[in-house]
Amino acid sequence: MLILAIDTSAVASAALVSSEAPGSVLASFSTEDTRSHAEVLAPGIEEMLAGAGVTGKDIDALVVGVGPGPFTGLRSGIATARTLAFVWGKPLHGLVSLDAMALEVAESAAAVPEFLVATDARRKEVYWARYSLAEGRLPVLEDGPHVSFAADLPDLPAFGAGAGLYADALNAHPDFAQEQPDALYLGKFALARLVAGNALLDSTPLYLRESDAQVPGPRKRAL
Amino acid sequence: MNRTQPLVLGIESSCDETGVGIVRGTTLLTNTVSSSMDEHVRFGGVIPEIASRAHLDAFVPTLEQALADAGVALDDVDAIAVTSGPGLAGALMVGVCAAKALAVATGKPLYAINHLVAHVGVGLLDRKGSGQGTGTAPQLPENLGALLVSGGHTEILRINSITDDVQLLGSTIDDAAGEAYDKVARILGLGYPGGPAIDKVARTGNPKSIRFPRGLSQPKYMGTVEEPGKHRYDWSFSGLKTAVARCVEQFEARGEEIPVADIAAAFQEAVVDIISSKAVLACREHGIKDVLLGGGVAANSRLRELTGQRCASAGIRLHVPPLDLCTDNGAMVAALGAQLVMAGVEPSGIRFAPDSSMPVTSVSLPA
Ligand SMILES: [Zn+2]
Repeated sequence: MLILAIDTSAVASAALVSSEAPGSVLASFSTEDTRSHAEVLAPGIEEMLAGAGVTGKDIDALVVGVGPGPFTGLRSGIATARTLAFVWGKPLHGLVSLDAMALEVAESAAAVPEFLVATDARRKEVYWARYSLAEGRLPVLEDGPHVSFAADLPDLPAFGAGAGLYADALNAHPDFAQEQPDALYLGKFALARLVAGNALLDSTPLYLRESDAQVPGPRKRAL
Repeated sequence: MNRTQPLVLGIESSCDETGVGIVRGTTLLTNTVSSSMDEHVRFGGVIPEIASRAHLDAFVPTLEQALADAGVALDDVDAIAVTSGPGLAGALMVGVCAAKALAVATGKPLYAINHLVAHVGVGLLDRKGSGQGTGTAPQLPENLGALLVSGGHTEILRINSITDDVQLLGSTIDDAAGEAYDKVARILGLGYPGGPAIDKVARTGNPKSIRFPRGLSQPKYMGTVEEPGKHRYDWSFSGLKTAVARCVEQFEARGEEIPVADIAAAFQEAVVDIISSKAVLACREHGIKDVLLGGGVAANSRLRELTGQRCASAGIRLHVPPLDLCTDNGAMVAALGAQLVMAGVEPSGIRFAPDSSMPVTSVSLPA
């Protein structure tokens, strides 16, 4: 099974993961930048496919990180994934973007049985979720995702750039203080679940916040 | 690439309409539009974040519908065109990402196109089966003017060549005309969108009952033909909106009933008067003999009437495309894309960034 994974919940990243490839990963790319997704994502995917000698025909499914993440960036990945899936006629699945980092934690030496993943939600808040981890299993999402002030999170080891940003309020793991969700782990997570016959989400974005629009009140009368 | 009668798919997402249009050369095959207008009603204006969310959900269904309507397959398409600006940044981003993905998935060339110039592109479209087909492709008159009036823009352009030589003669320096309509409709309690609401009520009012200011019409802004002022062909509508608010407050302060129809008529007259007089002035002073009207406010009956009269007395021909091609749509993007293909312009590639303030001098982005 060959999957194209895309995530733009923080940085722009994409990966080709395959159940036949060693370590599951065929190719991947990611950017440092969190604000130029519309420019870099499509060329990155095109070059990655060409470099791996893969075309749309070879791909069995697509998976996209549905956030949470800053809205405009998040949409660039979902718009891209939905369009590719439509043109290629392939199934598209969604996965909580924080799951990607949960798997990265699980595969690292820093793994603990219960932990938080947090990313920057701007406006002094973080997007976060709580995970549990059992030996030899995929991480399990226990609570979230939510958007909150760092000070209001449960007191557990916290992983990710959102934790690093508020290291004074959170028990941030130093090795993960700048980590962002990456399509590489998102793809591996999706592959493991799909191969095991487990369902994933659809590609509906997890905005977690309403648009800032205010319904205008009645006009003040001049009296 | 077929450069004589190219099949071009155009994508528009700069404001609240998700549009996909398909043309073959100058023949319109489909103009499919999904609007999020209903979702903005309770806010009294377009909310960019709501528009962007709606674009994301509308794009693939609109694309699918357009392909079905036109009876073409993506494989047959020669090129893809997308609005890359000007417009709402977050809204543009959705269409641009989708268009780039379409280009990656199909391997087709992509053109990043100027929304304002695309409004002029509809002047080059023949409707399939409209019976107007004369066997010759439509052509734009030489030295064409374009008056674009909508909720997002108010401009007068001069088109020397639609593919590579477009000049901005004048534009609003603050609110777009359609935005002023929305704000005044709110003040008068007439609902959203303001254009049709005010146009309707204004018919029963007396436009001469109140005199509202015509923005940027004073001599210091206008100057003379020899020494044009800084804003000779520019508009401003924010002062007009404030004047309407003051006027309403005065009626209230006196405890009098607000003459909604008269205010609407007088406001509309002020907008339409200054738009048409400055547009005609710009045309006269640039030797422009043909002017094309575009943008959603082209639906306004009084704007069409007064601009038509003034153009006629100045010996200028006014061209008004069918209304569904005046409002934002994908067909106009496809139409301009087809012109670029036929003119031999190279595609933009997939590395460009959307530009919310893309100037009209940039008809399409270079690779
Ligand atoms: Zn427009």
